[in-house]
Amino acid sequence: MQWEIVIGLEIHAQLSTRSKIFSGASIAYGARPNSQACAVDIALPGVLPVLNQGAVERAIKFGLAIDAKINSPSIFARKNYFYPDLPKGYQISQFERPIVEGGHVSIQVGDREKTIRLTRAHLEEDAGKSMHEDFHGMTGIDLNRAGTALLEIVSEPDMRSSAEAVAYAKTLHSLVRWIGICDGNMQEGSFRCDANVSVRPLGTEKLGTRCEIKNLNSFRFLERAIDHEVARQIDILEEGGRIIQQTRLYDADRDETRSMRSKEDAQDYRYFPDPDLLPVVISGEWIEHAKKSLPELPEDKRSRYVKQHGLSAYDASVLTVTRELSDYFDQTVEMLPGQGKLSANWIMGEVSGRLNKEGLEIAQCPVNPEQLAGLLRRISDGTVSGKMAREVFDSIWSGEGNDADAIIAAKGLKQISDDSEIEKLVDDVLIAHPQQVADYQSGKEKAFNSLVGQVMKVSKGKANPAQVNSILKRKLSE
Amino acid sequence: MTLSLDDVKRIANLARIEISEGDAQQTLAHLSGIFNLIEQMQAVDTESVEPMSHSQDMVQRLREDVVTESDQHVLFQSIAPQVEAGFYLVPKVIE
Repeated sequence: MQWEIVIGLEIHAQLSTRSKIFSGASIAYGARPNSQACAVDIALPGVLPVLNQGAVERAIKFGLAIDAKINSPSIFARKNYFYPDLPKGYQISQFERPIVEGGHVSIQVGDREKTIRLTRAHLEEDAGKSMHEDFHGMTGIDLNRAGTALLEIVSEPDMRSSAEAVAYAKTLHSLVRWIGICDGNMQEGSFRCDANVSVRPLGTEKLGTRCEIKNLNSFRFLERAIDHEVARQIDILEEGGRIIQQTRLYDADRDETRSMRSKEDAQDYRYFPDPDLLPVVISGEWIEHAKKSLPELPEDKRSRYVKQHGLSAYDASVLTVTRELSDYFDQTVEMLPGQGKLSANWIMGEVSGRLNKEGLEIAQCPVNPEQLAGLLRRISDGTVSGKMAREVFDSIWSGEGNDADAIIAAKGLKQISDDSEIEKLVDDVLIAHPQQVADYQSGKEKAFNSLVGQVMKVSKGKANPAQVNSILKRKLSE
Repeated sequence: MTLSLDDVKRIANLARIEISEGDAQQTLAHLSGIFNLIEQMQAVDTESVEPMSHSQDMVQRLREDVVTESDQHVLFQSIAPQVEAGFYLVPKVIE
């Protein structure tokens, strides 16, 4: 039987606030255990939560970026369960009237574009961390993370393959960093994915029983866990079994998912509106203000790059992976009108390659957009060849010089683009190599390349190769 | 809606409240009384009434995103049953 895979994702993005969602404790990563867990976070009797404006603002920005509805009033609810890293015995989350409802993002899978709908995004507090090792049979609790602001982003079950799920997760990962609401650090748990996976016979409408996979802290694990889970479900169904709705944990070491808990003993969270928190009202003015503070969004930038600079959809998507990279491109091309493609090629090729090799981010790039533009200007006006340009680029990168023109002058890299000068070089070569000329004229194409090589050699690599080609061709056919 | 004794025991379990057979019977009677009241209230037509999420007709106050708390874990942990290396210790829990 042909099976169709159905995937929905829940993503927890830790918001880049300075303080917690309901208290004034710091959320800085890596602090000593419990040094950032204040009376509110550890739920001492009599404390009250006070909502962080910065968390609400970030949620609004996200809602606007995905073209969703911003609910006002928005309501906080208690989600009740018992676990030692949740001191209150409930998590403050949202149930009815989440701050963000609906919305959509478009993802790029290969050369295909697809729209994924979002169900909702709601604000909630994170729990603490439990350490099960090192405490001689007891569990150690660190509540520094308790109360950190999270935005839980829930998609519709619109994805049909692990590749689509990864593309969606990457798109959101890029978006939350782009609009500055989350640092996206997956190692530190700032961006975590849970996947709801089910399968159904191709062509049918009814959704199959789903399993939720937790603990997916990299895109690679997300892909592998989904592939593994899909295979597991299909095996069960093809052997006549049935899928039990459950939560499964992905074990990266063994590359498998295993059951955490099944629906039968699942928690009943008994949500109800939190009496400690009043309804949150978000004014139209606030929304307008948030809208104005948003940068140009990746989707808008991509279509502008295609229209304005004639880039391919692929190039546009590579350049908009991060806002920093696209800003670098924008700044370069602004100084080089009409050279979008040349700028894109250099940024995706030479610049990105070199950054990767040295493990640097674009913000740390030793060659700034102005310097790159200065160099590319000399390629486009024919002063230097691509090969010479790379040499100049290396010099700027290593700090040998600041400015392309100065380096070109100092190293005597100026390309020979004067027709009469090249004609003279070509004439000399033709006289010096009668054998190759004869070979070429008797039909040996290879001899031509050898003659081009000779001209380049006598010019010390400075002759404009395109001009050498055409002049040589003309002379040989005379 | 009628409440059964099993419902009462399940709710008690979810809320981690230990409840004896006798208490469960009594609680069932109390809760059923409350349910009857709710049933009476449900006869009222509330079609055009906006649901209320809070008894106060007020709006949530927000605070600036600034760090105002300092490290007081030594003070807080002075009343904790067991601590080690800055961690609160609890009986081992693994899901």
